[in-house]
Amino acid sequence: MNSEALAQLSNVAVASAAIALALGCVAYLAEWAFAREVTTPREPMHVGAVPSATPSTAASRAANGASRSDRLAGIGLSLTVLGAALLAAGVLARGLAAGRAPWGNMYEFAVTGALVVCLVYLVLVARAGIGWLGSVVTGFCVSVLGLSILVYVPAGPVVPALNSYWLVVHVAAAVLAGGAFVVGAGASAAFLVKERAERRSPGSGQRGVLGRLPATEAMDRLAYRVHAFAFPVWTFAALIAGPIWAQAAWGRYWGWDPKEVWAFITFVVYAGYLHARATAGWRGKGAAVLALVGFATFLFNFVGVNLFVGGLHSYAF
Amino acid sequence: MRTALLLLLALALGAIPGSLVPQRGVDSLAVARFRSEHADLTPWLDRLDLFSVYSSPWFAAIYLLLMVSLAGCIVPRTAAYARALRARPPRTPSRLDRLPAHVTYETDASPDAVLGSAAQLLGQRRFRVDRDPDAVRAEKGYLREAGNLLFHVSLFGVLVGVAVGSLWGYRGSVIVVEGQGFSNTLTQYDEFRAGPLAGADSLPPFSLALSTMTASFQPPGTEQAGQPKLFEATGTVVPSPGEDPVDFAMRVNEPLTVDGTSLFLVGSGYAPVVTVRDGAGDVTSSGPVPFLPADASYVSQGVVKAPDAEPEQLGFEGFFLPWASTNAEGLPVSVFPEAVQPALSLFVWTGDLGLDGGEPQSVYALDKDQLSVVQGDDGESLRLLLSEGDTARLPDGLGSIRFDGVREFARLQVASSPLSWLPLGSLVLALAGLLGSLYIRPRRTWVRARRDDGRTVVEVAGLDRVAGGDLATDLDDFVARLRERGDPSQ
Repeated sequence: MNSEALAQLSNVAVASAAIALALGCVAYLAEWAFAREVTTPREPMHVGAVPSATPSTAASRAANGASRSDRLAGIGLSLTVLGAALLAAGVLARGLAAGRAPWGNMYEFAVTGALVVCLVYLVLVARAGIGWLGSVVTGFCVSVLGLSILVYVPAGPVVPALNSYWLVVHVAAAVLAGGAFVVGAGASAAFLVKERAERRSPGSGQRGVLGRLPATEAMDRLAYRVHAFAFPVWTFAALIAGPIWAQAAWGRYWGWDPKEVWAFITFVVYAGYLHARATAGWRGKGAAVLALVGFATFLFNFVGVNLFVGGLHSYAF
Repeated sequence: MRTALLLLLALALGAIPGSLVPQRGVDSLAVARFRSEHADLTPWLDRLDLFSVYSSPWFAAIYLLLMVSLAGCIVPRTAAYARALRARPPRTPSRLDRLPAHVTYETDASPDAVLGSAAQLLGQRRFRVDRDPDAVRAEKGYLREAGNLLFHVSLFGVLVGVAVGSLWGYRGSVIVVEGQGFSNTLTQYDEFRAGPLAGADSLPPFSLALSTMTASFQPPGTEQAGQPKLFEATGTVVPSPGEDPVDFAMRVNEPLTVDGTSLFLVGSGYAPVVTVRDGAGDVTSSGPVPFLPADASYVSQGVVKAPDAEPEQLGFEGFFLPWASTNAEGLPVSVFPEAVQPALSLFVWTGDLGLDGGEPQSVYALDKDQLSVVQGDDGESLRLLLSEGDTARLPDGLGSIRFDGVREFARLQVASSPLSWLPLGSLVLALAGLLGSLYIRPRRTWVRARRDDGRTVVEVAGLDRVAGGDLATDLDDFVARLRERGDPSQ
């Protein structure tokens, strides 16, 4: 297959992935819609909890809703797997078409980023049962894929500055950390929503949509574990691999280029997040807010700095 | 911890303006442009050092305070850690069943045998183990705090390394035209920044001669037409006077290192070769003149000065067009960055170039205070459009200018940053420490065995010092192994 056909194939695969993920997002949202009728918690009951005594129409409707929700969650998950597979095919075909690592410009970074977000999500569904984050993750990926059309460029070689194996190392690490930041931010946001609802009316976390989310402590722990993975990877990408490459390409390790400034800010804010978890008065809510601020700085670095600020990184990420 | 957290947030906030306002150390041309466009804001931005945020006193104050707070944290924690390293596992709690993970079982093996096996198993799992008559105490994960301390101490290494680099380092850039050379002395640099201790008057005495500078681009008709494909500079370098010249080839991402100094190819451009004759027919200026690329199509801006021209000094200002064409308004433009159909589009100025006053002057601009533009027959400013090989005669017997040909130039960055391995090495250590502090989980385990009614009752309990581990599963696994060993019937 020649490179033009491969590039074409990549575009079709990415577009199909966007459709699969959009349908997956709808399924996950429907899961929540049906969960509104459910009053019993879906999590396994704690020892000593009193099971609802008498079956009633409301309870059976609720049970009905719960099973429908479970079914929809399954559909959402299947569509996410399909979307991830299509994205992987799209990224691979793009790399073969261009004859290099498929993350050499903003469009490719967005598509590869969406793939990594899906993969991080699917791995954690298998290992930590985070199916409940499905609508957030698929919704985010669909948005990224949709907006990536705005920065689409045809497959092709990169400028000499990017022609280095550090493109593989530095950008792959950044995209991996970014994928984990997305999932971590989703967990922190869900934590904040449920924590606030429970603070305002105790017990509300057991009902409806919130009932389909795990306990707040579990979400907080998950967010921490995801960030504890992402933070060192980001440190490597932004503060070690990046400077080494910058030295080779531009003759200095660190030059306060806008992209470097915001990578540094992201690093500092997430470092703040890790400190906040060990600081009285900041645990829980304060830390979760910091995680979201860190994610906002990461997003601004990718979107805002590329489109509005410029600098040496302007060709790409 | 709260202080550190607030200072971290202040650092993040303080770094923001430097990404929005152009910075002197990053792009001095952008600073000049910004200052002229926002003349009303400039005094305020100056007062707040916003054109050099990262070397400003207030930014330094934030990170130095952070370092002070860090030192204030590390010193006592290191002392505490030194004590903890020598400490033995804590005594066995009297009520093991109150701990977060706890298992009790009975066996026929003797308490001594059970405790012996437990001590051995825990030792294999890299616990520090102490044996009491009726119990085994064990603890592991001491390296977590070591990782934490390593991460934070390494940050000092980064700071020291960066400080050394900026005090003793230097960085300069220079334009070298094909066929010409460069020797590493201060006067040869177009732009030079050095730390106060860099010894800029005694730079390593290497020199180089540039034979070819190649810039190639994706060909027209392809989807990335005009996108750079390859930059390569070749020539010879003499490491120090008297030594034999050595061939070199420099590409983007492939710098050249000479005598501890690194040379980087950071740009390229065109230097049209022009010959200027004055009214008397004497050659007053001849040779390649670098024009600076103004955009991605390599439309380049520059000036040619002929201060020896008679009767009046001559100056030419305008554009070099690598592949000249005309746009809809009939103005000259370039359609491609490669010099396929090169042309010069110039305005002519006469008068006093202002070179005699002793004031340093840019070689890329005319000081027009005492110059007047030469007009054509139509009364408009005269615009010369020269193709390669063309000669234009100037009106009023001022002279002529000939566009002889084109050479390429390389823009080299020369940088020396002593101890540059220190910040980088420190960051690698910091990362190793960070991984330790995030993934090593301190854990305590106790095993107590006592004889009760002819059987041995074994109690096992565990305690994690940090959340996130899977204590219960690990403990069940440990108990299963312990029973296998201690109880042959199992």
